[in-house]
Amino acid sequence: MENFIQQLINGLSLGSIYALIALGYTMVYGIIKLINFAHGEIYMVGAFIGYATIHTFQLGLIPSLIISMGFCALLGALIERVAYKPLRKATRVAALITAIGVSFLLQNVMIYIVGPQVRAFPQVIENKVYSVGNIQINQTQITIFLTTIILMVALQFIVKQTKMGKAMRAVSTDADAARLMGINVDNVISFTFILGSSLAGAAGVLVGMYYNSIDPLMGVAPGLKAFIAAVLGGIGIIPGALVGGFAIGIIETLISGYGSSLIKDAVVYLILIIILIVKPTGLLGKNKKEKV
Amino acid sequence: MKQLNKTNLGWLIFILVAFLATQLLVSFGIIDAFYEITLMTILINIILAVGLNLIIGFSGQFSLGHAGFMAIGAYCTAIMTIKTPTLVGLFAGILLGALIAGVVALLVGIPTLRLKGDYLAIATLGVAEIIRIAILNMGSLTNGAAGLSDIPYLTTWQLAFIFVMITLIIVVNYIKSSAGRATIAIREDEIAAESMGINTTKYKTIAFVIGAATAAVAGGLHASYFSVIRPADFTFMKSIDILIIVVFGGLGSVTGSVIAAIVLGIINVFLQPFGQLRMILYSLALIAIMIFKPSGLFGTKEFMISTVMKKQKTKTPTKKEETK
Repeated sequence: MENFIQQLINGLSLGSIYALIALGYTMVYGIIKLINFAHGEIYMVGAFIGYATIHTFQLGLIPSLIISMGFCALLGALIERVAYKPLRKATRVAALITAIGVSFLLQNVMIYIVGPQVRAFPQVIENKVYSVGNIQINQTQITIFLTTIILMVALQFIVKQTKMGKAMRAVSTDADAARLMGINVDNVISFTFILGSSLAGAAGVLVGMYYNSIDPLMGVAPGLKAFIAAVLGGIGIIPGALVGGFAIGIIETLISGYGSSLIKDAVVYLILIIILIVKPTGLLGKNKKEKV
Repeated sequence: MKQLNKTNLGWLIFILVAFLATQLLVSFGIIDAFYEITLMTILINIILAVGLNLIIGFSGQFSLGHAGFMAIGAYCTAIMTIKTPTLVGLFAGILLGALIAGVVALLVGIPTLRLKGDYLAIATLGVAEIIRIAILNMGSLTNGAAGLSDIPYLTTWQLAFIFVMITLIIVVNYIKSSAGRATIAIREDEIAAESMGINTTKYKTIAFVIGAATAAVAGGLHASYFSVIRPADFTFMKSIDILIIVVFGGLGSVTGSVIAAIVLGIINVFLQPFGQLRMILYSLALIAIMIFKPSGLFGTKEFMISTVMKKQKTKTPTKKEETK
């Protein structure tokens, strides 16, 4: 039982990172129906910005988080304007291939700039371990969890309470109708990329703290898993990304805790396939009939 | 002898000339051992790209799992030829690989091909990863992450050339058959095709299975030529490599894929000294093609001997002109 709770705690901190990345996927998908494959790479860039600010400029956690989020937000908006905007009217497969191209580009540019080797992420906070009985929680886990919760609340506030959030929801419901109501759809899409990418940037720094190592290809696997989390929760639905992220994180740690860590990725992909076949709209999604 | 009409004869001559030209280049030592690797890579990539183009370009189903099926073929051939290092072993391995890949594609395809567009892409990506992880965990049979080495070197470029031709003939004949036309109809408009009475799942699955089997053939050739394979050779990245060739050549153009594989293979040789920059250029090219010419080099057009022959006697009016 104690082991189970321990795994649950580990799963929660890993899951909160997945949830942060999944939010970016889900918001972008909700608005322009594009699987932004480059999202995992934005998160990788975020981790490297965090590395630079902490290691080179000796900044603390919060300033590095903010710098990383800001940089990733700019990067996300730039990618959207340069690569995705010309493809608004193109087929979804064309947009998807472009997204793969962008992701490939970011990886290789990063390898070109910083080299392919794995780097150790500097220790930014003192890693105290608190024990309750036999259950251990360390400072990193608490920090990750708290940061995620704060960012989620902020996001919820932006989406539900601000004018821009209202515009976002309008565009995701019906872009054409929103345009007729005088909403600048292009700006809303850019804003969505900014929000999603900044969350990915934060996730990058947090994952650097969690795994203590970063490399230019680190975005691929967590990016895919976060996408699976988004699909699991129901893509396009913001609370769904949260649910899916935590679920995938917990499932993954439980499998590595009780079974074999070698098969944990296979199980996650299997969950994806099962979800896609059984209920493609995800756990929180509603079925929609396709119109001809 | 209906099969041996002018067009087919033209193609046959074209193929023979291509074969003899390559043979001459090899005999004169212009294609040396180093360039032979490029030649083999091009031939293998042609098979992969044509197979993937059948799935993406002709049936319109976006698959990102090609590397997984390639891995099946590579491992089957490797295991078979290590046990029986003869040509018979090689053929048996390739055949078995294609068979297993086909069966896996069938099992996976029937449920997942109901999914649309990007969902299918992710599902097939997941399948490829599952295949790779399964290979990683098969113990002494596949030797885990270290992979198999000392696979008997049995493939020559001539053999690969023959396999390319077999693949092309199968794929082109499928596309030109009535099943192939049904498949193309699904690409054009799935709902309309369905309402015309086409069993969409069936034809999508057939295209998917043929594509997977050809990928396995390519994997077998790869294993037998390079004699070392690791699960890390068959990741998501490999699928993207093939995708780049298909997109570059044009979704829905077999000759486009062939030419793209050759052109990219040759460009690769010249870009070799640039290392990482090469990958950056590749990805930029991929994005640029999608933005400026999403149909690729050829679009859905084909390079055809018959049109070349027709051009020589352009005086005969085409149907359109006649009606005018």
